[in-house]
Amino acid sequence: MIQKEDIEKLAELSRIAVSGEELDILKHDLESILGYVSEIQSVSEDMPERIAGELRNVMRDDANPHESGTYTKDLLAAAPRTDGDYISVKQVL
Amino acid sequence: MAIDPKQLTIAKAAAHLAHKDFSAEELTQAYLDAAEKKNPEINAYLELFSDARDAAKAADARRAKGETNPLLGIPLAMKDNILIKGKHASSASKILETYVAPYDATATKRLKDAGAVFLGRTNMDEFAMGGSTENSAFGPTKNPHDTTRVPGGSSGGSAAVVAADIALGSLGSDTGGSIRQPASFCGVVGLKPTYGAVSRFGLMAMASSLDQIGPFAKNVEDTEILFNAIKGNDPLDSTSAPDARFASASGAKTKLRIGVPESFAYGEGVDPEVVANFKETLAALAKAGHEIVPIELSHITHSLAVYYILMPAEASTNLARYDGVRFGMLKEGAKLFDDYAETRGAGFGREVRRRILLGAYVLSSGYYDAYYHKATAVRAMIEADFARAFTDVDIIATPTAPTPAFAIGEKSSDPLQMYLADIFTVPANLAGVPGISVPSGSMLRDGKMLPLGIQFLAPHFREDMLFAAGKSVEEHTQ
Repeated sequence: MIQKEDIEKLAELSRIAVSGEELDILKHDLESILGYVSEIQSVSEDMPERIAGELRNVMRDDANPHESGTYTKDLLAAAPRTDGDYISVKQVL
Repeated sequence: MAIDPKQLTIAKAAAHLAHKDFSAEELTQAYLDAAEKKNPEINAYLELFSDARDAAKAADARRAKGETNPLLGIPLAMKDNILIKGKHASSASKILETYVAPYDATATKRLKDAGAVFLGRTNMDEFAMGGSTENSAFGPTKNPHDTTRVPGGSSGGSAAVVAADIALGSLGSDTGGSIRQPASFCGVVGLKPTYGAVSRFGLMAMASSLDQIGPFAKNVEDTEILFNAIKGNDPLDSTSAPDARFASASGAKTKLRIGVPESFAYGEGVDPEVVANFKETLAALAKAGHEIVPIELSHITHSLAVYYILMPAEASTNLARYDGVRFGMLKEGAKLFDDYAETRGAGFGREVRRRILLGAYVLSSGYYDAYYHKATAVRAMIEADFARAFTDVDIIATPTAPTPAFAIGEKSSDPLQMYLADIFTVPANLAGVPGISVPSGSMLRDGKMLPLGIQFLAPHFREDMLFAAGKSVEEHTQ
């Protein structure tokens, strides 16, 4: 069983403001979905050995960098709050 | 000559353009006119691009210089989560309502290079989370075959514009069936390519181990044209397959050995008329010379549970980037944390909030082993089931969806019921194999003919066998 406090904690971890009314709906929905997906516990076979995928440590060549500033204007235009050529946020610490 | 979108396909339009029966500009104008007329009723386009005619003129100029490409001057639509430089891309979310793409997705760039014209961007479930396009912040899309019903989702708009003849083809994204299921509901062809076959650079990520871009079109031939234009290695996507992988797969047989996981395909909750249509289609394929054999995929019944653990886990991580700092909307709070929480609380819709919390739950330290870790293990077993099956059969067939298109509102209050609509499509994403949905006829319900689809799954990089099977369905059932 999930407690309402658990939902509040998940919302805080997820950085999502949730209203009191929605907490109850989310509690109901999550219980119902977790009830369904818990059926995988019935798979009793040994877990297969975990094998890394075929593609690993894929790195793009660090070559042909674009000229500094090419995208600055466009990217800053997308930010809700800016200060000169910086994105600004409220006090962190 | 007069342009009749109902009669056109990409291949036919390309032939007319080559014969100068009409220009790309006239073709684009015809589709824009049709879209202006039909879109208010179905809400499939979120925006029609005002500069589509300029792109068509440019295509005409390229043709005048001697260029020939099957997509030169062909009007297409783009799902709202794939970037086109300078255009809005919102993933049908309020949190990105004002976002303008600063660059082209690789799939976009490849279509532009081929000379395709983008007519507009299409409606979807917010951040591709849903199976009905009801979760859009900009209102639901309606099924062109019956406007009281959903078009499927999450790429519902991209399926509906092709079904309504207001685009010749479109791109969507498929994380658990978001291309194939709406293709089935709308009576068009939809392809989810092999994981890694199409670059995802410029696609807004939902669940990165499952997401794949793919095309919609009116028939298999057109689908193949679109797939060939967008596939291939891309250094900008580290999960993109090396080109050598594509070359290794070729030489589709004309007579296929088709496996049917019977206990799964005819399981509980599958509409009897869907089963009947599926069996008729298999009979037609057998008559055409293909061999139909029953197969067993012993862990496939766990697919949906595995999917609804892994997908929210990955989505909760991927969607952390929408925090009101670098892009999108900002709802101010008292402190920095409140800026994040208020922005995400107000900017994300209910289903997105639900999945993020679910993802946070299955990843939290006390539950990680029971849910996420277990799900990755069962996923590996499902992959092994497919690998084993493909040593015996060429391809696997199931219905695409357990039901025809359902009514708008029918499942929106019960997320679990909505999730069950993905039952036949999620295994392909878990195993990374390609899948296609091809129209297999229709059924009468409440006085309307509703389309149905058959799904084929093939080994990695064997899209060619999906096209062969799909063409066989087109040839022998219509």
